[in-house]
Amino acid sequence: MNLLDLILLLPAAGFLAVLLLPRRNPGAARGVALAVSLAVFVLSLALAAPVWKDGSTMQFVTDADWIESPAIRYHVGVDGLGIWLVLLATLLTPVCVLVSWRHIDRRVKEFYAFLLLLEVGLIGVFVALDLFLFYVFWEVSLVPMYFLIGIWGHERRIYAAVKFFLYTMAGSVLMLACIIYLYNRTGTFDYTSLLAMINAGDLILSRPEQLLLFLGFFIAFAIKVPLFPLHTWLPDAHVEAPTAGSIMLASVMLKMGTYGLVRFALPMFPTAAREFAWWIVILAIIGIIYGALVAMVQPNMKKLVAYSSVSHLGFVVLGIFTFTQAGLDGAVYQMLNHGISTGALFLLVGYLYERRHSLEIADFGGVATAAPNLSTVFMITMLASIGLPMLNNFVGEFLVLVGSAQVDFRWTVFAAIGVILSACYMLWLYQRVFFGETPEKVREKVYDLRPREWAAAIPLVALMVWMGTVTKTFLPPVSARNAEILRQTTVNAEFLVEAPPGARGAAAEAVEVADAR
Amino acid sequence: MMEQLWLIPALPLAGFVVNGVLGRRVSKAVVHTVAIGTVALSFLWVLKTLSALMPLETAHVERYGTWIASGSLEFALEFAVDRLTAVMLLVVTGVGLVIHIYSVGYMAHEGGYYRFFAFLNLFMFFMLTLVLANNFLLLFVGWEGVGLCSYLLIGFYFLRRSATTAGNKAFIVNRIGDFGFSLAMFLMVVTFGSLDFAKVFPAVEKMPVEAAAGVVTAICLLLFVGATGKSAQIPLYVWLPDAMEGPTPVSALIHAATMVTAGVYMIARSWPLFTHAPLAMDVVATIGLLTALVAATIGMTQFDIKKVFAYSTVSQLGYMILGVGVGAFGAGIFHLVTHAFFKALLFLGSGSVIHALSGEQDLRKMGGLRKHTPITFVTLVCAGVAIAGVPPFSGFFSKDEILLAAHHHHPWMYWIGALTAGITAFYVFRAIFLCFFGEYRGEGRPHESPPSMTIPLIVLAALSLGGGFLPVPHFLDPVFPAMEGQHESALVFVSVALGLAGIGVAAWFYVLRPGLADRVAASLGGLYRLVYNKYFVDEIYWAAVVRPVVGGSRTLLWRVMDAGVIDGIVNGIGGRARDAGRLVRLLQSGNIRSYATWVLLGSVFAIIGMGLAGGLR
Repeated sequence: MNLLDLILLLPAAGFLAVLLLPRRNPGAARGVALAVSLAVFVLSLALAAPVWKDGSTMQFVTDADWIESPAIRYHVGVDGLGIWLVLLATLLTPVCVLVSWRHIDRRVKEFYAFLLLLEVGLIGVFVALDLFLFYVFWEVSLVPMYFLIGIWGHERRIYAAVKFFLYTMAGSVLMLACIIYLYNRTGTFDYTSLLAMINAGDLILSRPEQLLLFLGFFIAFAIKVPLFPLHTWLPDAHVEAPTAGSIMLASVMLKMGTYGLVRFALPMFPTAAREFAWWIVILAIIGIIYGALVAMVQPNMKKLVAYSSVSHLGFVVLGIFTFTQAGLDGAVYQMLNHGISTGALFLLVGYLYERRHSLEIADFGGVATAAPNLSTVFMITMLASIGLPMLNNFVGEFLVLVGSAQVDFRWTVFAAIGVILSACYMLWLYQRVFFGETPEKVREKVYDLRPREWAAAIPLVALMVWMGTVTKTFLPPVSARNAEILRQTTVNAEFLVEAPPGARGAAAEAVEVADAR
Repeated sequence: MMEQLWLIPALPLAGFVVNGVLGRRVSKAVVHTVAIGTVALSFLWVLKTLSALMPLETAHVERYGTWIASGSLEFALEFAVDRLTAVMLLVVTGVGLVIHIYSVGYMAHEGGYYRFFAFLNLFMFFMLTLVLANNFLLLFVGWEGVGLCSYLLIGFYFLRRSATTAGNKAFIVNRIGDFGFSLAMFLMVVTFGSLDFAKVFPAVEKMPVEAAAGVVTAICLLLFVGATGKSAQIPLYVWLPDAMEGPTPVSALIHAATMVTAGVYMIARSWPLFTHAPLAMDVVATIGLLTALVAATIGMTQFDIKKVFAYSTVSQLGYMILGVGVGAFGAGIFHLVTHAFFKALLFLGSGSVIHALSGEQDLRKMGGLRKHTPITFVTLVCAGVAIAGVPPFSGFFSKDEILLAAHHHHPWMYWIGALTAGITAFYVFRAIFLCFFGEYRGEGRPHESPPSMTIPLIVLAALSLGGGFLPVPHFLDPVFPAMEGQHESALVFVSVALGLAGIGVAAWFYVLRPGLADRVAASLGGLYRLVYNKYFVDEIYWAAVVRPVVGGSRTLLWRVMDAGVIDGIVNGIGGRARDAGRLVRLLQSGNIRSYATWVLLGSVFAIIGMGLAGGLR
């Protein structure tokens, strides 16, 4: 058993331990959850150094039989693509424990148990190398989130939870069908074996096969992202979820979709992916602009942030389907950025909710006077979110837009409109909530950050600055893995479609190299 | 050899961090000592560096590492000093230092003292990064950063809704400009594979003319969109007059002397690109000239003293843009320098007046102040003669060079520019006369400002008067392409005469024959109202852009598309599934015979189906 297995096992053990605690003692549940999640985070830090040195190969690999027939393996490992997402999940879990400390006051131990189970699922998704195992983790993460929303949510929580569940299930069933189809063709669920077969020419998927399989995976992932027009579950889920649920959902769960696209959909079905790229990019760009415009007119803070996620995730999808090094690097970086800055936004909105017991923007005003530190942290987070240079989002957006410009400059023009709009909705939000005279109710109820709240916010703010200035810490392993993925998208071109018009850079050259062979 | 250029911006950054973190807990004296101290050190470091690097015939470059690397693309952390940057460094740190000192007096009674100085220091950091950057990406970092500080400081009095709205407007309008700037960067990355000045500029030189024409013109026009935002040119100038909501030192430093000139600097910096795009140059020159004229006309009619100077800034920036647009890069930068002196002085002087009147900004409630605030009065007149282009004061030299270059480019540009010079002289002296002459029309007792405010005024007054003799254009000669053209003294006489005439008319209207101005305004009727209301540009933008976008997003996108169509379909699918369930439930009748019928029918269909699919084997 290596470190990675331990990191998967520990929260699972924590889940059971918390469940077995006596109900009378909610403090113990909090304590155990915090201790376990912090331990997992510290352990997961040790994954980073080896992966940083060599991001393109799988490390901490365990490959063991799980079920004899059908041949399902427990095959996990971490590389430059998964590492930061794993760390994101392990960082945000203790943050969520802290955030929920006072906020969650009923069914406390169940809450923390589900939170730890969610962590297992999320980490598992980012490290699974067996398609069936991936599917299992995918579903494992779905269940606790369903309960987090359905039990600890706001008034319309049942509607939101069911909508969330059905939407996601509709997609994942399609994905399961595709996974089983692949098994029937090849007799294995093992992803590395599948890629090896593709590389060796032992597995050649015909055009309709590739298109349909790609679509199956793609729809499952696109719902999770969520890509326009499959996004309407997201605002409802966010508004109704408790703060911790919103944070985990936005920061980590949405990345399951984009991660799946990069990890599985592109390398396995490269030609189909290229053929659909144009349409997907158009949806992504519509999402960028549409999400921002709809965010602009939301009267509810959480809905506003939720729609802004649709816009931000549009950048990620755009970056992925440029098939360029810069685009892919930017997309992965943007996944992390969005995790940090939108997670922080939900965290801060949660703080505001705890004080004023409202999410309506109109119920606020003048918070800057009542809670200057909270306002400062929100300001920094807002600036990160709208892509100010030297904060994290700028780097991701910049690379994505460079990548898209290398393929088609029109994409960049339209996507960059989203950058203008993001300033509009965030600044207007900030003005209405934080500036102006302080109304009576705000002055009475809104207090400044407390130590526990600082503790949850500081790591996120620090990461915004760190990721925005010292990209060298994070980008090299991602780049290394993405170069591999780009190379993989050029093999096994059963029906070769041309690279998108005007494609320059690594992808196009790699296609030529592959052709020459 | 390393000169540690990074210290120049890092010092104010340190001041920002110290004041930002500790400022609330320490005394005002500590706050402004830290803030002024770091800027002073930065200024001294600039002097030391420049004296070590003189004569600075080639750029001195320092590399600190890579910021972003992805595949073959690499964006460096690189600072460089050449003579252009040297001029900018001196202006930014020099004028910045003076304004920091002035702020101690001006802000003495204001809340949020530490916040003010922290933001001011942060601004210095970004502005110095902007001028030191050796590639477009780093320049963009400074560019966005100064915009952020501008937003924070315009909205400094955040209890006032008008202030925060003005801050938002500044940020968003600048974002539109930055949209252009960033697209220019992406186009450069695609075309040249780099954003380094040292790679892009030589590459343009080597490009064949036909290949360069389209893409370089596009890059230049997009860069210019950025400049119209930051340097407040038509059509994006609308944020700058509103920006006067900020404290007056901010108006002087950010919205007059330094930040708003960033667009001029950027165009001058990118001259190798612009000289390869004559079409873009023409656009730049025309927009600059038009802005100069339009803003000057608005300046004639405003009664808020800061608004007058704000439109004056827009107009003067128009001159600078005209200068770089006609290829007189050195002249544009020269005017940037002299303008930094006299416009900072105009704002600080008006700040001193406002301070004396405890916040009054309306010219109609001033008058006769020369007896109460003599130092402010004298220094403001110095600024006035400088901006009016009276020889031998600073504005005369720099404006004259721009106008001559414009004449060389297209004679009509000279004439409009000269006319604008007359209008400029008129509105500045209108403000001075309304403020300092006649009878005092307000309430309260005006008083002269403390020395921490008047000494900066005196320093800037000296620079405004004598700044024209600074050898800036000569110093910049090696940086920019040579301008041909001759000195035509007749043209110089015309523009000077127009300037003097402007002062004369102002004196006639507001000193000799008070009341005449109102009668003239009344006789002009609609035309006057049009100009007084700033040509209704804000109202047009609101009706044509803001309202449709917001309204459309609310009704069409959110209510109709999101809640209606998409969710309608999703819920519809859910509903249909339930209906289907209800239908299928009818089959479960519990009747054995009906089940048998279904089984039989099913088998028949299955057999037929298999037969069609290739037969039973």
